[in-house]
Amino acid sequence: MTVMSYLGAIGAAQREAMDADERVIIIGEDVEANVYGTTGGGKSRSSEGDFTQRYGKNRIRNTPISEEGIVGAAAGAAMTGLRPIVDLSYSSFLYMAMDQFVNQVAKNRYMFGGQASMPVVFRSAMFYGLNTGAHHSDRPYPMFMNVPGLKIIAPSSPSDAKGLLRSAIDSDDPVLSFEACLLWGTKEEVSDEPFWVPLGVARTVREGTDVTLVAISGSVPEAILAAADLEAEGISVEIIDPRTLVPLDRNAILRSVAKTGRLVVAEPAHRTCGAAAEISALVAEEAFDSLLAPIVRVTAPDMQIPFSPSLEKQMYPTRETIGAALRLVTGATGVARAALKLAN
Amino acid sequence: MTDLSSNDLLEIQRRMLRIRRFDERASKMVKRGHIPGTVHTSIGQEAQVVGSTFALADGDYMSGNHRSHGHPIGKGSPLGPLMAELVGKATGVCKGKGGSLHLADFSVGSLGESGIVGSSIPIATGAALSSKVLDNGKVALAFFGDGAANQGVLYESMNLAGSWKLPMIFLCENNQYALSTPAHTVTSGVIADRGAGFGMPGIRVENGQDVLAVYAAVKTAADRARAGDGPSLVEVVTYRYNEHSEGLRLATDYRNAEERADWLSRDPIVLFRNHLIETGVSAELLDQMEADVLAEVDAAVAFSDASPYPELSVAFDDLYTDKEISA
Ligand SMILES: Cc1ncc(C[n+]2csc(CCOP(=O)(O)OP(=O)(O)O)c2C)c(N)n1
Ligand SMILES: [Mg+2]
Repeated sequence: MTVMSYLGAIGAAQREAMDADERVIIIGEDVEANVYGTTGGGKSRSSEGDFTQRYGKNRIRNTPISEEGIVGAAAGAAMTGLRPIVDLSYSSFLYMAMDQFVNQVAKNRYMFGGQASMPVVFRSAMFYGLNTGAHHSDRPYPMFMNVPGLKIIAPSSPSDAKGLLRSAIDSDDPVLSFEACLLWGTKEEVSDEPFWVPLGVARTVREGTDVTLVAISGSVPEAILAAADLEAEGISVEIIDPRTLVPLDRNAILRSVAKTGRLVVAEPAHRTCGAAAEISALVAEEAFDSLLAPIVRVTAPDMQIPFSPSLEKQMYPTRETIGAALRLVTGATGVARAALKLAN
Repeated sequence: MTDLSSNDLLEIQRRMLRIRRFDERASKMVKRGHIPGTVHTSIGQEAQVVGSTFALADGDYMSGNHRSHGHPIGKGSPLGPLMAELVGKATGVCKGKGGSLHLADFSVGSLGESGIVGSSIPIATGAALSSKVLDNGKVALAFFGDGAANQGVLYESMNLAGSWKLPMIFLCENNQYALSTPAHTVTSGVIADRGAGFGMPGIRVENGQDVLAVYAAVKTAADRARAGDGPSLVEVVTYRYNEHSEGLRLATDYRNAEERADWLSRDPIVLFRNHLIETGVSAELLDQMEADVLAEVDAAVAFSDASPYPELSVAFDDLYTDKEISA
């Protein structure tokens, strides 16, 4: 075990995968110089572990700023024998390649009757909460959940980041990885040995009996803080991190709600048609009889992200807004209702 | 054409004939309702298609567009599963899930046609990247129209292929119209000249009805790619004889009769037949070939007719490689 940051764990997974399989390559803007911190072992080019030195420029490829061309080329390469990892840096840039994601990456295997397999991973970072303004703060994973054919992961801890990425790289289907920047610095003990977190299996972050709290990506640390606050008030919260959004571990969520009878879903994406909306609908359809209270979502509002730090803070689920939702479903209080109204 | 044997020359004619007869039959079947939806034929463009595919090696890759049947036929794909795909049968090359617009036959390097104009170009770029990284000597070719030549993704792909020196050919099928829009009214400059902007050869085959001229240009590009010298842009000027798609009737005739007559008088299949006869091939042999190809198309239709429609559950297969994940 080694203490690894979230970013370091991603680097470790990439290195393991590159060592294990020559067909794995990394392409993206500025990957040679390790600008985003996942293609190097140290701070400078001469440090041991630098990917460009270790694997050469044939397998570590700087691309032009051409997201549509890069995503399409990665798809074509995946269809013909490579297993590319594409570093798209910011999640907001995925829109540039929307046609390739939707019409080629997601559809080719299906349209061609299974002739194609598409072993490619598209990594991107959600830079929200860092005062980068509306163009760089997107959390667009729900849009891609609406595209059959893509798999989607959103790890929230260093261990999950490492283990899920290994599974994503080994998958013969296209996987989009959404990594919240706010989590980059998170540290924990992570195994140095290769390990794989299977796609489609949720993690129970903490067990509880009164309310199920499904938290996604950067909402997980806030959820943990809120659950601790509620524990002090005598309310036992079970936190589930789906980790993979497609395929979603429906059973883990339904099992937990069957036990607790209450559901709060927290995520940093917009409210309409978000992952929280999907999970809420799932529980309403499949576990209505278990519910003791209405489901509550804690999401970003359907609003663009303002630049000013004083304005941006209120846009995403926090310890406080998640806490208010938990209080509401476990015994509504006027204060909780008011706090939630503010947030949504 | 020194590197083509007399057998090769006959095979070129056979493939052009296959495309013509296949597409003629498909056109009829659309009009009679035997093929659902519509198709886009390559009738009139056979020299441009076969001159290109014949210049590729067996293992080479290609991606295509909505004018889609000629590409796999030109690359040697058998007709039966292609026809069955057009009809939506279980034995279709894509199990009935692609249809005319999305034919693919990986067994001949056909990585897929595309209903989205320009969208499949980077797929070929990626195939060329594989060839380069894996060093397997394969070349990838992207077919696209004069209309697609104005999509931005083409230029991202040309720049990527050029800077990485990928073994790739950008093959522009300039049939001078994108649906009803004359290319010259929406295209600034000459398409082939755009190669220069990316430091790659830009070759314009003015007489795209001459299959050997097309072959020579594409072969040069393929040799260059295989030698590690990078991509080329080849623009082939040609003409489609049919409407943009079968069954389409537009109120305005955007192409004039004189122009059409001129191109019809230079039918690529007639031209090459005459060339073969001039070089000593007997007319009887070529007549026999025509009969054989017609029989092949009949057999393809019979194969399709005799095939069942897919089981309903097939609609839920092949989204992912692992079965346990579904909607
Ligand atoms: C992105 C996109 N835009 C528009 C269309 C509609 N459309 C289909 S084919 C076509 C014309 C294409 O012209 P060209 O690329 O020259 O090919 P051609 O049909 O002449 O072979 C158009 C406009 C489409 N399918 N995809
Ligand atoms: Mg055209």
